[in-house]
Amino acid sequence: MSRDLEIPELGFVALLRYAWRQLTSMRTALILLMLMAVAAIPGSLIPQRITNPIAVRDVFITNPGLAKWYERFSLFDVYGSPWFSAIYILLFISLIGCVLPRSVEHYRAMRAQPPATPRNLARLEHYQAFASDLGALNRAEQWFKEHRFRVRVENDSLSAEKGYLRETGNLLFHLSLILILVGVSFGSLFGMRGEAIVNVGERFINIPTSYDSLSLGKLTSDKSLPAFEIHVDKFVAQYDPVTNAPKDYTAWVTITNDGKTYKKRIKVNHPLTFGNTRVYLQANGYSPVVTVRDSKGFVALQGPVPFLPQDGNLRSIGAIKVPDADPPVGFVGSFVPTNSRAGGQGAISIFPELLDPKLLFSIWKGELGLDSGIPQSVYRIDTSSLTKIGLGSVKPGETFTYPEGSITLETVVPWVNLQIVDDPGKTYALFGGIVAILGLLSSLYGRRRRIWIRTTSTGVEVAGLAKNGAPGLEVEVDRFIERVKGE
Amino acid sequence: MQTTWAYISNYFVYSAMAVFTISFISHAFETAFAVRAPEVADATQGNLLLKTLDYKRTEKAARIATAMMILGFILLLAGVIARGISAKHVPWGNMYEFSITGALAFTGAYLMALRKYDLRWLGLFVSISVLLTLGTAITLLYRNSAPLVPALKSTWLVIHVVAAIISGGVFLLANVVAGAYLYLERFEEIDQRPIWLQRVPSLEVLDQLSYRLVAFVFPLWTFAVIAGAIWAESAWGRYWGWDPKETWAFITWVAYAAYLHARVTVGWRGRRAAWLCIFAGSTFLFNYVYVNVWGTGKHTYSGL
Repeated sequence: MSRDLEIPELGFVALLRYAWRQLTSMRTALILLMLMAVAAIPGSLIPQRITNPIAVRDVFITNPGLAKWYERFSLFDVYGSPWFSAIYILLFISLIGCVLPRSVEHYRAMRAQPPATPRNLARLEHYQAFASDLGALNRAEQWFKEHRFRVRVENDSLSAEKGYLRETGNLLFHLSLILILVGVSFGSLFGMRGEAIVNVGERFINIPTSYDSLSLGKLTSDKSLPAFEIHVDKFVAQYDPVTNAPKDYTAWVTITNDGKTYKKRIKVNHPLTFGNTRVYLQANGYSPVVTVRDSKGFVALQGPVPFLPQDGNLRSIGAIKVPDADPPVGFVGSFVPTNSRAGGQGAISIFPELLDPKLLFSIWKGELGLDSGIPQSVYRIDTSSLTKIGLGSVKPGETFTYPEGSITLETVVPWVNLQIVDDPGKTYALFGGIVAILGLLSSLYGRRRRIWIRTTSTGVEVAGLAKNGAPGLEVEVDRFIERVKGE
Repeated sequence: MQTTWAYISNYFVYSAMAVFTISFISHAFETAFAVRAPEVADATQGNLLLKTLDYKRTEKAARIATAMMILGFILLLAGVIARGISAKHVPWGNMYEFSITGALAFTGAYLMALRKYDLRWLGLFVSISVLLTLGTAITLLYRNSAPLVPALKSTWLVIHVVAAIISGGVFLLANVVAGAYLYLERFEEIDQRPIWLQRVPSLEVLDQLSYRLVAFVFPLWTFAVIAGAIWAESAWGRYWGWDPKETWAFITWVAYAAYLHARVTVGWRGRRAAWLCIFAGSTFLFNYVYVNVWGTGKHTYSGL
């Protein structure tokens, strides 16, 4: 074996450098871009936990085998999955590796003079030679200045360049994408998001236990919730009488914050703002206000019970759990704001407003298992170990009596679902978005071009060069020549 | 009053369809009757009767075709405005309204581009696709004029939707041009352009044109996405939530970004670039059709 056939071993540093160069190459960036476009697709076809957790649960019930495989490849959480993260992290590393050196280079180029006039102008585009007097170069320099070209003055020639904004915009655009990513991550690390159902006439106090669901960022503490209270005074929903589609939702609230009390209105598209925290009106429904008495006539439960809307006409389902009655009872109920009189079985609502409200229920006796420690839905009752003791319905003011007690529907109040969000990163993302558009505009519409002029023994010669083949240079060169000729 | 305006809108849309039909027929007539059969057989070509195209013969038909296209645009514009008056809001509350506005934007993009480039060869395609869109809209997607759902009641509806619809019109036009490129290339390869394609510009021009259209409108699409995010923040409490419509808007954006990079920095031209352009454009169309009709999520409103 001769020595010169031996392949020199790549050192660790050389290997790293090779990998870095591959990663930051334009080809890799392009592949990663296309990969990202393709990788985002499954998340729109397969239900996602962040947008539709109920549909995800349904897949687990109807097709557990498939769900197991989806889960294995994080297909229910595509946008937080390791493989999607890998793509965008690599893409951003590639972007940084490409943009930072170019920024330095561009900064140097902006401070340097334009390159020297080429020796042979005749070989360039837009070349013209013509007789001229001695003042030609002066007039040319003046024109360049008026049109904000950067000029390099040489003995017998001028070299002028314009359109650095194109590359500046290009770099700004890419840097702003990093800013958007920072804003998004910042928001998810330090932000919070929660929801709470509040009956009209009740108060929401911004502490963790008031929430029906609360998710905090990885680095957010639950003690950081701003102290405010919202009392919901009134809620009005308007619907179109023909299509039943909602027209307007408005909630009137009284706020206590920083020792001050004041009144406000919340509408969709018009959230409340407390510093970085915003409160949105997201959904609404009805809470039947019921009084349940047990066999001895004691009031075992009194108050509003939120029911969950199932359709556009607000047919709602819910559960009234009365563990303190003797014996304990539960009601599995349906509520309709406008009862269909067309007959037929079951609860059907024909309009979402309270025109002819009715509460329908089945009554169950037995231990409700509220103390069993297993979390339960407030809208459902597990009836597997209970006994059905009755079936009934009530309208407001009516009482239904059964052997073990009675239930009275006092009235019905609406509830609103308040969404409370704190996203400290959104300002950065917004700023990044604005810079991205500005950068994009100047990088796609900007034109970088050079014009040269040199005095010769017979007069002057002029040539131009447009980078990226941008159109319109010949018109500019013609105007320039008009001025140089003194016309 | 409201229904009267809705009827007026429908009349305008029907009239626009009639006028676009005339435009379509004139475009077809123009190309068909421009073909001139030679009077004497050319012996040098092996007695083949070589046909030629003489567009001067059908100049009148061409003018009628373009004039009808402009008239159709005006009628459709009136239809969209009347629809807006009937509903007392900008007419972008359901898919029927999106479709007639989209057809308007597509015609508008074509007419604008026609001022700068000789694109009359595209007219046949533009008129038939506008006709098909309007036909689908009025038969399958028609819904009575109705008030907006609360989430749509915002100034951002105008800003976000205008930007998205204009971008869509131009993206689709770029797609058509890229499609024409691929179709023509098959003939160029065997060095024989069919006679009725004589007027379509050279491959280089088509290649450049589809790139210009995309580069021109990409910033507007970026704006449409960001305006949507700002609106989503005030309506839904988050500026980005991977809702299906958002996801596909993102896919379209990334795909066009890849296209621009491929052209500007990697130097893709011709066939590969055209395919990438068509892929990106299809993601836009898919978003419009799939997410509105079969999709779930926050961008689907009652009854399409």
